[in-house]
Amino acid sequence: MTTTTDGNSKTLTPSLHGTEIKPGAAMYPDPNAKPVQGRYGSHFPHTVVNGFTLICPIKPGHANNIREAGARIATQVISDPYFLAPLALHSLRWVIFDNDTKFAYIGWFDTDFDKYVEDAVMLFNQSGVATVFENLEGFPTDWRTNPRAFADYCRAHQCESFMEYVEYPDVTAVEVIKALSLKKSFGHMLDRMQ
Amino acid sequence: MTMPLELNDIQFFLWSRPRALAGRYEFLSFNDRAHARSWLSGLLDKIQSAEAAASANEIDSRWVTVAFTWNGLRALGVDEGSLETFPEAFKQGMAARAQVNGDTGANAPEHWLGGLASNDLHAIAILFARDAAERDRCAEQHAHYLEECGGVVALSSLDLEAIPPYTYAHEHFGYRDRLSQPEIEGAAVTPTPGSGPPLKPGEFFLGYEDEMGTIPPLPQPDILSKNGSYIAYRRLEEHVGAFRDFLRANGKTPEEQELVAAKLMGRWRSGAPLVLAPQKDDPDLASDPQRVNNFNYGVQDPHGYAAPVGSHIRRMNPRDTTVNMNRRRVIRRGGTYGPPLPEGMADDGVERGIAAFIGCADLARQFEFIQNVWVNDKEFKELGNEHDPICGSQDGTMDFTMPRRPIKRVIKGIPAFCTVRGGAYFFLPGLRALRYLAEQPAAVAAGAAT
Repeated sequence: MTTTTDGNSKTLTPSLHGTEIKPGAAMYPDPNAKPVQGRYGSHFPHTVVNGFTLICPIKPGHANNIREAGARIATQVISDPYFLAPLALHSLRWVIFDNDTKFAYIGWFDTDFDKYVEDAVMLFNQSGVATVFENLEGFPTDWRTNPRAFADYCRAHQCESFMEYVEYPDVTAVEVIKALSLKKSFGHMLDRMQ
Repeated sequence: MTMPLELNDIQFFLWSRPRALAGRYEFLSFNDRAHARSWLSGLLDKIQSAEAAASANEIDSRWVTVAFTWNGLRALGVDEGSLETFPEAFKQGMAARAQVNGDTGANAPEHWLGGLASNDLHAIAILFARDAAERDRCAEQHAHYLEECGGVVALSSLDLEAIPPYTYAHEHFGYRDRLSQPEIEGAAVTPTPGSGPPLKPGEFFLGYEDEMGTIPPLPQPDILSKNGSYIAYRRLEEHVGAFRDFLRANGKTPEEQELVAAKLMGRWRSGAPLVLAPQKDDPDLASDPQRVNNFNYGVQDPHGYAAPVGSHIRRMNPRDTTVNMNRRRVIRRGGTYGPPLPEGMADDGVERGIAAFIGCADLARQFEFIQNVWVNDKEFKELGNEHDPICGSQDGTMDFTMPRRPIKRVIKGIPAFCTVRGGAYFFLPGLRALRYLAEQPAAVAAGAAT
């Protein structure tokens, strides 16, 4: 039982996992946020579920190219699991909608996109993710040598969240992986002590 | 097939390092185009190409380099159409990019010396001299030349001088310097073990293939930009007294203090890398070019038990623990200024430090990335509350973590050992471009840009 600011008593929902790790949520835009100068324009604001919600128009008749590129990437992750790791992603979701006219790139990642834009360009180039973007209307043709144009395209198509929620705020994908690895090692050690 | 480098056109500055013990930087402002061109014309035969410097002999005693800010190119008469084709970072200049580079607080451009943050800064004349006497002779000669020319004024200057002992390059804190420099394809130099393969010339010179396998578009006209480079100037004051106080406060014995110094850098002050000599200095290793650079982090020191993950050299060159390392390499030039502070003497308040140039083909991708992401990003390698302990922006609230078994050691409240006292972005043209700038009438320059 706790007392809220209006003086009423309220029973809080208990943690389901028995830890003190508290979920977080935030409303956007943050009225106190100040623009941060980046190498290729203002930084994307860092949010609690940081990343992209890019909604982009597909070139007419190109939706299947995007689907095929997605399938190739999924196949490659099976054979080479770490090849997208430099993007520091928690998750990636690709959606084609509105009768094959729009593409949504929904990626949750830890790094500031602006900081690693050239790494993203390089990886997109090597991995085939670029193929997806090349099927989108207005994607800069000189993106390989013009990271600014690439960043500007993403900035122009980013749809800002008005609310975000996360079960474990301020935790990077690498930290999650390390914690899981530690849990596995610890369990293995306890097994060996039996 | 790789395009051969035009070494008879590229300025020697990023290609080779002359055997100089002294230097002088003169920061210049042009009152008008005609005088600026006249000044440059008179200097053309004194500026060595990479080819000329490579065939230097014992008689050579001074080496001259000239470079321009974006405002300087305009002052020389480069038309607006051409100026617009230069990259954004160069156009804005280092002072305007302060937030990107972490030049905040005491490092902010409003505190910079010598007019370096001013739009009136148009050019730099860099002199490397065999010794201080030759430097002074050349400085006097240039002062006379400026008087003769008129219309070109020195906003400020800085004298450089190596500090003893002269047997190896080092800076005021006592760290050996120049141990890890990239080599360029086409140079007759075999990289030392651990230094990686030679890099494509396009990482440093405009108009050549880079590590992406492309030749990026050139600022226009080609004659102005081909064989050019960008150089980022940094004047870093080194607070030697504060540095020594810090070592004493964090190490009970001289040996412990030496270890703390080594942990901050990632190398012992001798230059021996901690990855190869984690417990004790090894001067023989430090002076062996076949071994001193031959290490990695990912396999040999993944957790930073030897060289802390946040140490200076691990940030400046994370080697195998980052992606696209070859797209972030830079070539450093420069030297020390100010008198050495003898060991045991209290800080005398005299400014001393390093005044260096970071050379590259793309300021945003190379120099600014290093500053923004590796030097001054608190989240570097998930450290959380650290900047580069040697040259990062420090306000007394940051930590420095030294991983060790069983428990890491964290030093809180790292003081600033360095302060940025000035900086600027310059374009370092090839020799043909210098002639073009000196000789082309304005009308022709405008036509050539289209």
